[in-house]
Amino acid sequence: MQTVKMVITGPFSSGKTEFIRSISEIEVVSTEREISTEAEKRQKDATTVAMDFGRITVDDDLVLYLFGTPGQRRFDFMWEILAEGMLGFVVMVDSAKPETFREAKSILETFRAYAPTPYVVAANKQDHPDAWAADDLRIALRIEDGVKLLPCIAKDKESVKNVLLELLYSILEEMEG
Amino acid sequence: MPIQGNIRNFSTTQLLNLINLARKTGTLTFFEGVRTGEKDAMGEEKMAPGKPRAKVSFNTGKLTYAALDNQDGNLISVLNKAGKLTDEQARIIRERAKNTADKALALLLMNANYVSQSDIVSSIQQHTLDVIYNLLTWAEGPFRFDDGIMPTNDRIQVPIDLENVIIEGSRRIREAEKLNEYLPNLDFALKFPENPKEKFKGIHLSVEEWRVVSFVNPKNSIRQIAKANNMSDIEIRRIVYGLEQAGLVELVKPPGMETTTRPGRPAAARAPQVQKNVVNKLIDKIKSI
Repeated sequence: MQTVKMVITGPFSSGKTEFIRSISEIEVVSTEREISTEAEKRQKDATTVAMDFGRITVDDDLVLYLFGTPGQRRFDFMWEILAEGMLGFVVMVDSAKPETFREAKSILETFRAYAPTPYVVAANKQDHPDAWAADDLRIALRIEDGVKLLPCIAKDKESVKNVLLELLYSILEEMEG
Repeated sequence: MPIQGNIRNFSTTQLLNLINLARKTGTLTFFEGVRTGEKDAMGEEKMAPGKPRAKVSFNTGKLTYAALDNQDGNLISVLNKAGKLTDEQARIIRERAKNTADKALALLLMNANYVSQSDIVSSIQQHTLDVIYNLLTWAEGPFRFDDGIMPTNDRIQVPIDLENVIIEGSRRIREAEKLNEYLPNLDFALKFPENPKEKFKGIHLSVEEWRVVSFVNPKNSIRQIAKANNMSDIEIRRIVYGLEQAGLVELVKPPGMETTTRPGRPAAARAPQVQKNVVNKLIDKIKSI
């Protein structure tokens, strides 16, 4: 049995857990804990401490695992462990929270440094009235033209499928290039 | 979709860069921050937009108008401040032309030979830039960009290229810490972007900036450029920041530099050896879900 791994990363509350939940065939194995600080508690009630874990079985010989990283910097010791052997990664950005853009860019650069694998940026929460348009986000985050920045709604399975497919196409392109 | 946020997270220089690159038309409003008692995603206090502090308008990426809410920005005051009208002249014209719109007033002043057209254009340009450079020093407060909203027709709008504004604005960013955060590693090199000739057209660089530009070459590290020009780390960071924000140069890793930029980290994790047919199987599976 061959297993391959993709990592879903991004700042705190950017929608990583929801993204994996939308596509995983198993109930996501989530290591969420109740939020401990007041500031974080206002964002959501529980947060991912170690990782989220989702699975997509392709056939008897092949399984895709999706790992979601914890968003807070204090858990970044986990990131490198999760990045080991990944096929590619998705950087989730909450399009409606510009205060997290700098953090998203920093996480992106950190993961790029871990491994030279393809990645895409998912401009999540595009259904939010305050969401920045994907084109504006590309400039704001200084994402190079060759990198895919995809509008996304993590709770919508089709949207999540599109992001994963685009990442896989990028992986294929790199193999062919 | 609106572009809104707080300049503590997304600076005015970054906003100007976004508007310039996306060739946007509309008005950017800066507000006084009203404390909400709530925290944002980064744990800082959320500020709701209060009273407007400044409005800046743009037409296809060019700066056309800027006004501070607490400042009398009418034409007479602008010309007076620029020394084109004396205090006495300004007082008399104010009295006589109380309700005259700026455009009509400009025509009257030109016909009466008080000022020339170029006096008006240069004074408004300078006023607009003064407003911008003032608000570039603001570190905190909500903002919102409204697409397509422009000042009323009676206002005189003088288009100004944002690249120079961004460079000058960047010059005024004095905080060494911010610059250090932006460019912690001076071993990076610089290269010109595509079509550099086009980007440099109409750009006014300072002598120091030209000195740096003359050394732009992927083989020269920023540290070497600074040494050759006898510049401190902060000076070179400030200049590189301005040039890069204006899209005139790009940062490149020098040959032989490690992929990882974090000291003390282990070597980059290797990507797994996966066959093309595995990726194709994954694509088919995800399509079928």
